[in-house]
Amino acid sequence: MQKETAISIRGLSKSFGKVKANENIDLDLYKGEILALLGENGSGKTTLMNMLAGIYYPDKGSISVNGRTVNIRSPKDAFELGIGMVHQHFKLVDVLTAAENIILGEEGKLNIKEANEKIKAICDKYGFEVDPSKKIYSMSVSEKQTVEIVKVLYRGADILILDEPTAVLTPQETEKLFQVMRNMKEDGKAIIIITHKLNEVKAISDRVVVLRQGTYIGDIITEMSDEREMTDMMVGRKVVLNIERPLPVSPTPRIIVDKLNIKDVNGIYKIKDVSFEVNSGEILGIAGISGCGQKELLEAIAGLRKVESGSIRYIDEKGDAEELIGLDPRKINDMGVALSFVPEDRLGMGLVGNMDITDNMMLRSFRQGGSPFTDRKGPQELASNVVEELEVVTPGIDTPVRKLSGGNVQKVLVGREIARAPKVLMTAYAVRGLDINSAYTIYDLINNQKKKGVAVMFVGEDLDVLLQISDRILVLCDGMVSGILDGRTAAKNEVGMLMTRLGGKADE
Amino acid sequence: MNSKNEPLFNIVRRDDMNRRKAWCIRGLAIVIALLLCAVITMVVTGDNPISVYASMINGAFGSARKSWVTFQNLAILLIISLALTPAFRMRFWNCGGEGQVLIGGLAAAACMINLNDKLPNWLLIIVMTLASISVGALWAFIPAICKAKWNTNETLSTLMMNYIATQLVAYYVVCWESPKGSGKIGIINQNSNIGWFPELGNKYLLSIVIAIVITVFLYLYIYYSKHGYEICVVGESENTARYVGINVEKVIVRTMILSGALCGVAGLLLVAGINHTITTTIAGGQGFTAIMVSWLAKFNPLTMIFTSFLIIFLERGAGEIATVFGLNQSFSDIITGIILFFIIGCEFFINYRILFRKSKKTAVPTVGKEDE
Repeated sequence: MQKETAISIRGLSKSFGKVKANENIDLDLYKGEILALLGENGSGKTTLMNMLAGIYYPDKGSISVNGRTVNIRSPKDAFELGIGMVHQHFKLVDVLTAAENIILGEEGKLNIKEANEKIKAICDKYGFEVDPSKKIYSMSVSEKQTVEIVKVLYRGADILILDEPTAVLTPQETEKLFQVMRNMKEDGKAIIIITHKLNEVKAISDRVVVLRQGTYIGDIITEMSDEREMTDMMVGRKVVLNIERPLPVSPTPRIIVDKLNIKDVNGIYKIKDVSFEVNSGEILGIAGISGCGQKELLEAIAGLRKVESGSIRYIDEKGDAEELIGLDPRKINDMGVALSFVPEDRLGMGLVGNMDITDNMMLRSFRQGGSPFTDRKGPQELASNVVEELEVVTPGIDTPVRKLSGGNVQKVLVGREIARAPKVLMTAYAVRGLDINSAYTIYDLINNQKKKGVAVMFVGEDLDVLLQISDRILVLCDGMVSGILDGRTAAKNEVGMLMTRLGGKADE
Repeated sequence: MNSKNEPLFNIVRRDDMNRRKAWCIRGLAIVIALLLCAVITMVVTGDNPISVYASMINGAFGSARKSWVTFQNLAILLIISLALTPAFRMRFWNCGGEGQVLIGGLAAAACMINLNDKLPNWLLIIVMTLASISVGALWAFIPAICKAKWNTNETLSTLMMNYIATQLVAYYVVCWESPKGSGKIGIINQNSNIGWFPELGNKYLLSIVIAIVITVFLYLYIYYSKHGYEICVVGESENTARYVGINVEKVIVRTMILSGALCGVAGLLLVAGINHTITTTIAGGQGFTAIMVSWLAKFNPLTMIFTSFLIIFLERGAGEIATVFGLNQSFSDIITGIILFFIIGCEFFINYRILFRKSKKTAVPTVGKEDE
C-alpha cells in the first residue's frame, strides 16, 4: 500500500509557564491509517492534539496538512483543513437534539431536514446508530460520543482525533466503536486515537507513537510489537506487568450484606435482594456493566445512600456485629470503613480541586480535637508521607490538587484513605484514566492493604484486571447478584455472560 | 487560502504569577486609569487635572474631621463586606446585605424609641445589640433555610428580602415620625441620648475599633477555624463535603446566620453609633458595594481593608470634585467607573499574557505586554 501523508509535524513545541508540555515533536500521519498515541499521564498527548485541532497555538515548529504548511489558529481553521477532534469531555449542548448539535456553528440557512438526511447517510456509511431528533440529556455516554464523531464527519473531516474515547465505554460499546473506526479507515480517513489500554492499542491500531515527558520517543508497527515493549518505551525503563495475588490469610467476615434493596429517586430498584459477605484479607472484585448498581451498593455501605430494606452488618476483629444502616457516614468511616470512589471527573467526590494536598488530607481528620481551630501539622506530615511513599509528582504539598495530573490526583485520594488504616476498603474505578505504570502502583497499594488483613471491595471497569487481582468476584446484573465466582478459576467470558444476563443463562 | 498568516498575537494563560509582579500590574493599572481620568477631566472641563486630584485627596483627608469621616465610612463598608465574605466563600451569593443592614438598624431604632423610658441605658444598649444581631441573622436565615431545604436560588431570595426590609422601614418611619407630619423620624432621643453608643475618645472611633476586631476575627475564622474549612469545602464541592460527612445544610444555615448577624452589627452602628435616626436609605447601597469590595479582595479579609479603602476614597474624593468644581455628581461617577474598570480589567493581564508575532525569535518570552 502506498503511503500518502495526511499530517506532518516538525519540531513542534508548546510550553505553559515553566512547564514544557511538548518539545520539538516530529510526527507523521498517513491516510488510511489508525495511529495510537501512547504516553503516561501528563506526557503531552492531549496538548499535541489540541494544537492540531486549533485550540492551542504552538510556540515553535510547523504543521503540514496534505503536504502544505498551514497555520491552525482556531478550531474553525482546523475544520477547514479537514481535522476534527473528539474531546475527552464532550462538548455538546444538553437541551438540543443530536441533529441540532451536529449542525451547530454551521453557516447559512438552517435546514434540519437536509441535515437529517446527511446525518443518516453518514451513519449508514460507517455503521453508526444515531437518532437525530433525540435530546442530548436523554442519551447515554456512548450515544453522546457517537454524536460527537458524527459531528466531526458531518463537517467533512478526513483526519480524526479521538482523545481517550474508550475510557467511558463498556467493552461491547468499545467493540462497536472499533468497527466504525475500521470502516472509516477503509474509506481512507486518517485517525489518531489516544488510549491507555494496551489491549485496545493492539486491537485497533496500525502504528504506535510514544511520547514521554513532552518529547517524541519513537514509533513502532503494532503488529511487530507487544505490550511489554510499548510499556517500556512509555515509562522509559523496564516495568513488571504482574499483579500479584497472595492467598488470603485466615479470612473472617468483615461486612455481611443481607437482602439489601435500594431504590433511586424515581422509585426504581437499583439494588434488589443483594446478599454477600466480604472477608478480611481478601479482595472481592465487583463486576458489572455501568449502571448495574455498583455505585449505589458502595454508597449504601458507606452510609451515603438511603436504603429501602435489608441489612449491612460490620463485624469487628473481636467478632462483634454492628448494623451500618442508619448510621451517619462519618460514624461509619470512623469505624474503619473507607470508600475511595473515583468519579468520571476524578475530583467530584473525595477531593477539592482548589485546595492544596495538605488541606485535602485534612478532609478526613479536621474534626479531631476539641479546639475550634484546625490543626494543619498532622495533615502536613501525612501529605509529605503520601507524596514520598506513593511517588506523587508535585512541586510541593501546597500545590492545589487540580494542578496535578490524573494519576497523581488518584494517588492522593487513595493514599489518604489508606492512611486511615481502614478495616474495609472500598475502591471504585481507582485506576480510571490512569496510565499503566500508575495503575500498577495503585494495584500494589491495594494488595498491600489486603496483606494487612483489610477487607477490600474492588470495582473496576477492566475485566482482565478484575480477574487477575480478585480472590472472589461478585457479578451484578441489573441490581441483582448474578453470580459469585472464584477469581482464580473464573473465565472472562463466563463473567461477561453473567454481567449481561442474570445467572448467565436465560432463566429467571 | 492555502496558508494562513500566523495570528498577530495570541493569548496564553499564565502559570502562576508571583505576587509582587501581580501588584505591580495592579499599580500600573491605577496609574493608567488616573492618567486617562486626567485627560478626560481636561477635555471635558478644561480644569487642571493636578488640582482635580489634589481636591480628591483633600476631599478624603483635607482636615482631621474629613479623615475621621473617611475612616468611619471605611469601617462601615468594611464590616458589611466582611459580613458577606463567609457566604461568598461558600459560593452562596448573598445579595441581601442591604436588607440585613437595614433591618438590623430598624431593630436598634425600635428599641431606642420604644424602650427609652423602660430600661436603664446600659441594659437598653445590650438589648439593642442583641436585637440587631438576631434580626439581621433572621433576615439571612430565611433565604438560607430555603436554599438548604428546597435548593431555591439564593440570589433572588436575598434580593427580595431587601425589598421587604425597605418597605418595613418605610412603614415604621411613618409610624414613628416626629414631629408628626414631617415624614421622617429625626434624631432619636436627641436630648436624653438614651440608646446612643458611648463615644470612644471621639464619635468616630467606635466603628473603626469594631471593624478592626471583626476583621481579625473573620481572618482567623476563615483561614484557621474548622468552620472556615468546612465553608471552603462546601463552596468548592458539595459532593465532596457530603462524602466526608459534612452536614451541608447545617453549614449553609450556620454561615448565613453569621453573615446576617454581622450585617446587623453594621446596621446597629449606623443607627446607634453614627446617625441616631433611621431612613430607608441609611444603608446607602453599601450592601451592594460590599459585594464588589469582597470580590475585589478575592474574599481575603485583610485585602478587603485596601479594597474598601479604595472605594471609600474614590467616593469621597469624587464627591469633593463635584462640589469644588461645580460639576454634577455624574462626573465623579464617571471617574470612579474608569478607575474601577481598570482595576478589574487588569486581572486579565495577571491571568494571561499576550504573545506577539515578533516574539517568535526570543527563546522563552517571560514578560507579557501590559499596555491597555
